Amino acid sequence: MKLWAQVTDPILHQNPVTLQILGICSALAVTTTLAAALTMSAALTAVIIAASGIISLIRTHLPSSIRLIVQIIIVASLVIVVDQFLQAFFYEMSQRLSVFVSLIATNCVVLGRTESFALHNRPLPAMADALGNGLGYSAVLIILGTMRELFGRGTIMDIPVLPTIEQGGWFEPMNLMLLAPSAFFLLGGLVWAIRSWRTEQVEKLEYKLAPAEEPRR
Amino acid sequence: MADLNPIRLWRQLLSQPNESRAKTLAVAFLVSTLCAVMVTAATVVLRPIQVQNRAMEQQTRLEGLLSEIPGLKDLLGSSEEMTLSTVVVDLRRARAAKDVTPETLESALADSRNWTPLTPQEDIANLGSRADLKQIYLLRGPGNEVGLVVLPVSGTGYGGPIEAMIAIGADMSRVAGLAVLSHNETPGLGGRISEPAWRQQFTDKSIRDSTGGVRLAVARGRATTEFEVDAITGATRTNNAITRMLQFWLGPNGYGPLLDAIGRGDF
Repeated sequence: MKLWAQVTDPILHQNPVTLQILGICSALAVTTTLAAALTMSAALTAVIIAASGIISLIRTHLPSSIRLIVQIIIVASLVIVVDQFLQAFFYEMSQRLSVFVSLIATNCVVLGRTESFALHNRPLPAMADALGNGLGYSAVLIILGTMRELFGRGTIMDIPVLPTIEQGGWFEPMNLMLLAPSAFFLLGGLVWAIRSWRTEQVEKLEYKLAPAEEPRR
Repeated sequence: MADLNPIRLWRQLLSQPNESRAKTLAVAFLVSTLCAVMVTAATVVLRPIQVQNRAMEQQTRLEGLLSEIPGLKDLLGSSEEMTLSTVVVDLRRARAAKDVTPETLESALADSRNWTPLTPQEDIANLGSRADLKQIYLLRGPGNEVGLVVLPVSGTGYGGPIEAMIAIGADMSRVAGLAVLSHNETPGLGGRISEPAWRQQFTDKSIRDSTGGVRLAVARGRATTEFEVDAITGATRTNNAITRMLQFWLGPNGYGPLLDAIGRGDF
């Protein structure tokens, strides 16, 4: 039951993107289409699960002086394997994702979970936690990818949904949706929506703003 | 006497405190070895499939380029006599290479004698050295005259190498089309060089002015002359890279002499 909570918690309550604001860069870059977002989500989830499993296995013998570099080496190697796999079997998609698959190595979600969780827990809970965080990240990417593809191109997974003017329909594609800034707006909107529904996620103010200057007499 | 039983040695290593120097080194070494094996295995096993993918991609892009050139489809459809042939050319002599076929091209290029180092003044496309042997495609009409040449070009963009194909019409003075085979430019900005709407601007642009200098270029902003195409907004370095790539390859150190030779009817 605890494992189940570890998988489901990061999807909404502890979402790595909307609560911890990690992994934003790739969330902006690869969400122009839903297919790209799905591929990226699968790649990241595979990497984070494998990395958490391996790091959790060797955690008791990991000297703390070199623990960060060992984690990065493991994550980076897994990323290369995933990238090579995509290039071999999903060539066109890997061309579209270009450098962003390799950049999973620097994604804060991965290193954040291995450092804060896998290093202190047994392999099974570590992998459950990794799966949960992978799914949480995926959920955000899928939401952004769907919205950006739908309003930017009028399609979902390349299937026309809103008939565009070019094809004789009524929908004028919003080019802004295909550019990076729109992902910022959507992500901001998503964070706002989640936090106004789940008010416990709102961060407490660390300090209060004082008036700029007391009126002098 | 030292105990050399591997199992006991292993146990001994594991029982050492984590912070000891021997264990730190051993863990670092083992992790890097295992990761290296994993990465190597993945690349070696998957390489044949990737090479095949890339070759197929190039073929489709070439076909796509040919099908985009205005009027060519009708030409190819109407007469059976238009034939596409693959030729290896020697850029040093501006004619077809002797003894090198497309099949043996790769091994010929492994020989450093078939590469010409470029001086910094010559090397506007940032290539370092130029391959002297290039595989080009010639489309010949019914009288065996050259109707179209397709030339592979390459350059260095903002994010890495750019590979493209440029098709040039029968009079060797106008572009018939441009296809981008591979690039690593920023998606949404420089990456737009592979979008048809941008590439198709090249069709019918003049390459050289009356003095013979290559003028074909990406404009700064909107195109104003018959040699220019519109720039991509927000991708200055990519625009410049395309300009330099085209000016190098169509100029005297690239295909320039070869285009003259084809124009004279030497092929």
